[in-house]
Amino acid sequence: MSKQPSGTSDLQAIRRKRDMRRKTIPALAQAGPVSIWMILFVTLPMLFIIYISFMSRGVFGDVVYQFSLESYQTLLDATYFKVILKSLKAALLTTVLCLGLGYPFAYYIARKPPEVASRLIMLIMIPFWTNSLMRLNSWLLLFQTSGPVNNFLQWTGLVDRPITFIYTDGLVVLGLITNMLPFAVLPLYSSIEKLQKSLLEASADLGATPSQTFFKVTLPLTFPGIFSAIILVFIPSLGIYTVSDILGGGKVLYIGNIIKNQFGSIRNWPLGAALSVLLLVITGLLIFIYTRFAKIEDMEVV
Amino acid sequence: MAESIVSLIDVEKRFGSNLVVRKMNMEIYEGEFLTLLGPSGCGKTTTLRMIAGFEDATSGIIKVQGERVENKEPYQRDVNTVFQNYALFPHMTVFDNVAYGLTIKKVPKDEIRQRVAEMLELVQLTDYERRKPDELSGGQKQRVAIARALINRPKVLLLDEPLGALDLKLRKQMQIELKRLQKKLGITFVYVTHDQEEALTMSDRIAVMNAGVIEQLGTPMEIYDHPLTRFVAGFIGESNIFDGTVTAVEGDLLRVDTPAGKLLTRGSGFAVGEEMHVSIRPEYLEAGERNADGFDLPARIKDFTYMGTVVKTALDMADGTELKLSRFEQDANAHEGDKVYLSWRPEKSVPIKKSHT
Repeated sequence: MSKQPSGTSDLQAIRRKRDMRRKTIPALAQAGPVSIWMILFVTLPMLFIIYISFMSRGVFGDVVYQFSLESYQTLLDATYFKVILKSLKAALLTTVLCLGLGYPFAYYIARKPPEVASRLIMLIMIPFWTNSLMRLNSWLLLFQTSGPVNNFLQWTGLVDRPITFIYTDGLVVLGLITNMLPFAVLPLYSSIEKLQKSLLEASADLGATPSQTFFKVTLPLTFPGIFSAIILVFIPSLGIYTVSDILGGGKVLYIGNIIKNQFGSIRNWPLGAALSVLLLVITGLLIFIYTRFAKIEDMEVV
Repeated sequence: MAESIVSLIDVEKRFGSNLVVRKMNMEIYEGEFLTLLGPSGCGKTTTLRMIAGFEDATSGIIKVQGERVENKEPYQRDVNTVFQNYALFPHMTVFDNVAYGLTIKKVPKDEIRQRVAEMLELVQLTDYERRKPDELSGGQKQRVAIARALINRPKVLLLDEPLGALDLKLRKQMQIELKRLQKKLGITFVYVTHDQEEALTMSDRIAVMNAGVIEQLGTPMEIYDHPLTRFVAGFIGESNIFDGTVTAVEGDLLRVDTPAGKLLTRGSGFAVGEEMHVSIRPEYLEAGERNADGFDLPARIKDFTYMGTVVKTALDMADGTELKLSRFEQDANAHEGDKVYLSWRPEKSVPIKKSHT
């Protein structure tokens, strides 16, 4: 008789233990290999960068593991501030132009039959099969003082002296746009393509002109694509250094170049790390705004 | 007769080399409920879309209220459409969806508010203003789509299989509601469906379409009781159709020879030796132990199917075809495999001219 209650309590104990174990296995671990991969290759390096940014620089360019806010104080310097501002401007300009160019293009592709659309997308992707250094250097060849572009302009008589294109902010932005355009076109395409044709027909049916339909139906319904495009273009444009390195010739400095130089030739890792953290904060803010915006979209329902 | 509100004159539509609508001529009258009925691919939806302006007619004239509209964009035409998949704007509330047409026309806010409220009351969705389409059931979405299309006070409402996605019970209920709504508002409805029962229930007139051609245009009763073509006889309701030759004409009584045997029907305008079709509804088919006068249609009972209100009997004919007979109750003396002789009252069958298309 006494066996039964003890039996149930055993069962309860086992159950309790199992529940405990379930709770203590963190959600992260349950996600399995993916989370391990993320921790190893994303989280840990990032934490290390943040850690280094608070250390000091040794005399020989090594990292001295001693807490210091020096790097962050250097960031407040007007020179850095200017570079950051300039980088933000260039990234913003690139993003706006990529959206402006990418949206009509994506719209055009999305309205084509699937087999044509996939060929057109291939066309945007092809330049990316060539080495990026080669692509960038070819821009230099095109735009140099005695290059085809200047030759053509002089031949038409539009200018009588060659224009200096290379090593200017303009050419850097052009380089950024050509580099980033696919990252704008692809998410835009996928969201425009999802748009049901009958919605556009319904809008026209109810009396809306094509431009009214665009602003009231097409644009709001493709917002997710627009935001993805902004994030995918703006963040890399802010950090990428190869474009400004080659097309800017080291004359025009952007955040990316400075970070690269701090980790490279100048050997000031803490400052480079601090700049990286700044980039991280900016992108983090953007993503935060993005998620907030997405939430607000959902919450309008209530 | 009421005035014509939509006219189609020699309208044709070609997709590539595919002729989807051929030389269509049709008058749609003010205040009527007209259904375009036919199997998928018969051109009914294309016809509707040409009236709405989503497709351009390859040739021909389309008039709405006496005015030619072939070159007008959808937003310039005074017709509105209820789409098959509702096509509600997912980023807008029910209110904004219904108000859309008025917002576009820049109608004053107070008037919009009032007219949307009226529309939502009409479709019994008064308390749903602030919901988004994905929070509505299929039936509710359908009502919103109807309210949205009606708010512009169109002279003609085009409906493209609007009940296609609803389950049977809701469908039946919405059929009655739509019909009532149409009567109450007095608006012309042009309704596209492939469901003949739906067409018979709701329509004032039905245009039965097949392969881009209107086979017959008439009231549901005309179409059910007097199909003009073999296609209409087979498509509307269930029918047994015989292909045969007239062997004798005695007044309006026709004696017909078919591969399945001899039969009688009544009709005029047929000559001896003429090839034709005879259609008989399963409910009028009678099975007996010996041939009735003028009939020689031996058959064998294949099986019985219980359908709820009726019992259907499948019959194998001498020429290998299968006929259907329906009764409210199963004949206790009939068994599978029994040999029977078929007949009917000649006036219950419909003689159909052989078409030459």
